[in-house]
Amino acid sequence: MKYLSEFRDGAAARALAREIRETATQRWPIMEVCGGQTHSIIRNGIDQLLPDAIELIHGPGCPVCVTPLELIDRALAIAARPGVIFCSFGDMLRVPGSAKDLFRVKSEGGDVRVVYSPLDAVALARRHPDREVVFFGIGFETTAPANAMAVHLAKREGLRNFSMLVSHVLVPPAIAAIMSAPRNRVRAFLAAGHVCCVMGFWQYPPLAARHGAPIVVTGFEPLDILEGIRRAVRQLEAGQATVENAYERAVTFDGNRPAQALLEEVFETTDRAWRGIGVIPQSGWRLREAYRDFDAEVRFDVGGIAADESPLCHAGEVLQGNLKPNECPAFGNACTPRTPLGATMVSSEGACAAYHNYGRLHQLQRA
Amino acid sequence: MCLGVPGKVVEIFPESGTRMGIVDFAGIRKQVCLAYLPDIEVGDYTIVHVGFAITRIDEASAQETLRTFRELGLLEEEFGEEARTPEACPSPAAWREPAP
Repeated sequence: MKYLSEFRDGAAARALAREIRETATQRWPIMEVCGGQTHSIIRNGIDQLLPDAIELIHGPGCPVCVTPLELIDRALAIAARPGVIFCSFGDMLRVPGSAKDLFRVKSEGGDVRVVYSPLDAVALARRHPDREVVFFGIGFETTAPANAMAVHLAKREGLRNFSMLVSHVLVPPAIAAIMSAPRNRVRAFLAAGHVCCVMGFWQYPPLAARHGAPIVVTGFEPLDILEGIRRAVRQLEAGQATVENAYERAVTFDGNRPAQALLEEVFETTDRAWRGIGVIPQSGWRLREAYRDFDAEVRFDVGGIAADESPLCHAGEVLQGNLKPNECPAFGNACTPRTPLGATMVSSEGACAAYHNYGRLHQLQRA
Repeated sequence: MCLGVPGKVVEIFPESGTRMGIVDFAGIRKQVCLAYLPDIEVGDYTIVHVGFAITRIDEASAQETLRTFRELGLLEEEFGEEARTPEACPSPAAWREPAP
């Protein structure tokens, strides 16, 4: 495989990797929270460029992966109803529910549509006043402003036939949960750059201080990620635990305040179950009371649907960084992108899919 | 899913009371909600996620990132068929800087 770093930023990448190698005097496990960064790391071979002292632990920053099974089952139940137009980001369609996925519902006659933006779903609701248009509102803080705006506009325009199935999750409570877990090995975090475009990084200094872990706001390109790692290692070696911004061209300390204002108006924090991990207190957003009429779980009365995971799937261990994807017994045989057992094998941000797509079929031999 | 694509604002207009615009992503033009960047102007660069401009970015960084996206086929992943249409989007060779 030809990696990007080989044909463009090769020299700069190797220089950063060399500096990381010379700085690291002991083993440092560092978590990249965002699944987009996981894919960049595996696709570009960044983990193979790094010295053995640096172990990258892939975090739970894949919204499709952490959306609970029962919520997928609720989505499937709503999507199968006559009169419903069920809209979703494309990633979600092949995520397995208990018995089927959204593709299957579509092939069985359900009106399931992939949209690029939640505003596309609002436009569908305008065009089809006789249909119930439901948007599957998943995502981290990056996507939340888009979903908040969709609900806000629907309310403002009185679009009574629009609703949202909300499964929003938040990065800071996940970092806190990971650091507090008994088996945790993570010593530093690369914070997700686009989450921080929206939220800034004012939430992170107390986390870094409380858990003694450096947090570096990091972009998505190979050099961004290497720079994030370099700064994290430098702090770890110096015994520091502060927040640094290595994605200054896009992220400010405050973040996008107009977006945060609408998020505050539309959403409130709530306990949220993460698929494979369990409930993390105050780790999600749900619609506030004033917007509850637009909550698809209320409108379609699907709150009672519960579900059990496949016993073969270890996605939860992967999402918490306790297991590398290719260490799972089902990886590459019982579980492939064509026959996924868990969402991490489906999503374009899932760690299992990254390992499978970029040829990490065998466990890496590391010193 | 948190993929953000940089692009240049080429048009700004209100739509049902919301600040909208057209953003050019290396030749692919999409309608984008600009409500969260009330000060952004035509000619400025921004990072767009699921149809929303979420932050500003300078032109050089935007061009650099777009080049990477093109090399990795990420524009196709994000925008689908549109990114593969020759009229909508010149081939990578046409918009890469000429070799020195």
